[in-house]
Amino acid sequence: MTFPTPSGGFAALAPITLSIPQGRFVSLIGPSGCGKSTIFNIIAGLLEPTSGRVLIDGVDATGTIGRVGYMLQKDLLLPWRTVLDNVVLGMEIQSVPMRVARERALPLLHRYGLSGFEYLHPSSLSGGMRQRAALLRTLLFDTDVILLDEPFGALDAQTKLQMQEWLMQLWSDFGKTVLFVTHDVEEAIYLSDEVHVMGTRPGRIIASIPVHLARPRLRLSALAPEFLTIKERCLELLDVNLAPSAPVNAAA
Amino acid sequence: MTVQDTSTLGDVAALQQARSGESTKPTFGAARRLPVQKDWPTWALVLAQVGILVAAIGGWEVGARTGFIDAFFWSQPSAIFRTLTIFFTTGDAWTDIGFTFRSTIFGFLLGTTLGSLIGLSFWWSRNYAAIVQPYIICFESIPKLALAPLVILVFGIGLSSKVAIAMALTIVVSTLTTYAGVKALDPDGEKLFYSLGATRTQVFRKLVVPFCLPWIISVLRVNIGLALTGAIVGEFIASQHGLGRAILYAGQTYDIALVWVAVLVLSTLAVVMYATVSWLEGMLRKGVRQ
Repeated sequence: MTFPTPSGGFAALAPITLSIPQGRFVSLIGPSGCGKSTIFNIIAGLLEPTSGRVLIDGVDATGTIGRVGYMLQKDLLLPWRTVLDNVVLGMEIQSVPMRVARERALPLLHRYGLSGFEYLHPSSLSGGMRQRAALLRTLLFDTDVILLDEPFGALDAQTKLQMQEWLMQLWSDFGKTVLFVTHDVEEAIYLSDEVHVMGTRPGRIIASIPVHLARPRLRLSALAPEFLTIKERCLELLDVNLAPSAPVNAAA
Repeated sequence: MTVQDTSTLGDVAALQQARSGESTKPTFGAARRLPVQKDWPTWALVLAQVGILVAAIGGWEVGARTGFIDAFFWSQPSAIFRTLTIFFTTGDAWTDIGFTFRSTIFGFLLGTTLGSLIGLSFWWSRNYAAIVQPYIICFESIPKLALAPLVILVFGIGLSSKVAIAMALTIVVSTLTTYAGVKALDPDGEKLFYSLGATRTQVFRKLVVPFCLPWIISVLRVNIGLALTGAIVGEFIASQHGLGRAILYAGQTYDIALVWVAVLVLSTLAVVMYATVSWLEGMLRKGVRQ
């Protein structure tokens, strides 16, 4: 998957080339306003890039919707539908008959920790459960590539850890190509095969750091020297970009 | 309370005088308590309510008989009751009720449905919404009842003119409320649908309509009242049937008892319709789970 996507005019994004091998887990980290969401919107076909293309499996997918699964920051579950009917939304839109879609979704709901919640409405679910439902909805929309925009950003630390484990299991079961946006450096390193660090004004990728830690990863690997080296590097890169006025502050 | 302030030594006398004069200083003897209101049992409340009604009607009757109240202008309960019986046995009570009921319901249904559809239609095109909106606002600010004579001229003195007035009153409320729902739609929700490859029609059917339903439902109760007002005003202006006509006719012939009877029947009709729509609203709300 390759997409050189320079978006001009207001120059939200500098020319960026990002190629992601199939089945990889890749993270984008960077300060707010660095264009992470813009990249996602371009890949999902919701924004037309000023110039550049999105290629999925070598096929031009620029400006076409419905090619990738996109999970936005909010879970966006429809309050008038049950969890089951929310999860099958993608298939329903692709005109899969409701009965077939439900049959396909039910075992997954059971396997991935939502059994007993199938026929409840989202309002009676906790934040973590809602995110699970939203993620399953994205996965059940059967595309090779899925985009996750800070899916765990609003969760508490404990739930976040659980959800990361859960996501790892899903990823190894489904073998999808995942593009993951987060503010959390540790989360990015722990989950990814490669971390792209982005800078602002204009949005660009300032470094791409491969993560070679063996999988399945343990929580303890966050203490491994290699992990820490990468984390240090990322934080350094982010710091440089976050605070160009740092010396002034230090002087004051 | 034996804590004393010893830090300020200057002007102690004045201070003590001020303190001794302080009558509102809380002590254990005069402790204040949270005011508690004791609830009466239901039967007592009902008794009081019935009592007030009986007293009012009784007072009115006695007043009219002793001459305190002019029965010519105000009539009296016994006469009203006699007229009520006549109205229902030999009069055309049911024709009038049926007429007013039908014009209200038709106007309500037409106005609410069309209004909701117009409101929803604004989702399809921002340009269209921007162009049409000033006209909607204009139409809202016109006192539509002022147009009633014109409506009667165009639609005649039959049922259709009353339906038209009732519709004119309800349609704008429904349009504006539904449009408020459309505007409250989260753009990210649409984004989600489009990212799943949805068509505009799918977004409309599966997202916009269900999302706006609570808004549409929320105006039902307001609209039934407005529709009834419209129907009555239409009957006031020109009609051969209906409770509004009965009131007007009775007033013009100084049959005050009949005025009261018609108002009484009209109020009952209003309460019944209001209660039905409230119940319907509750059911629909449960249906859409919001």
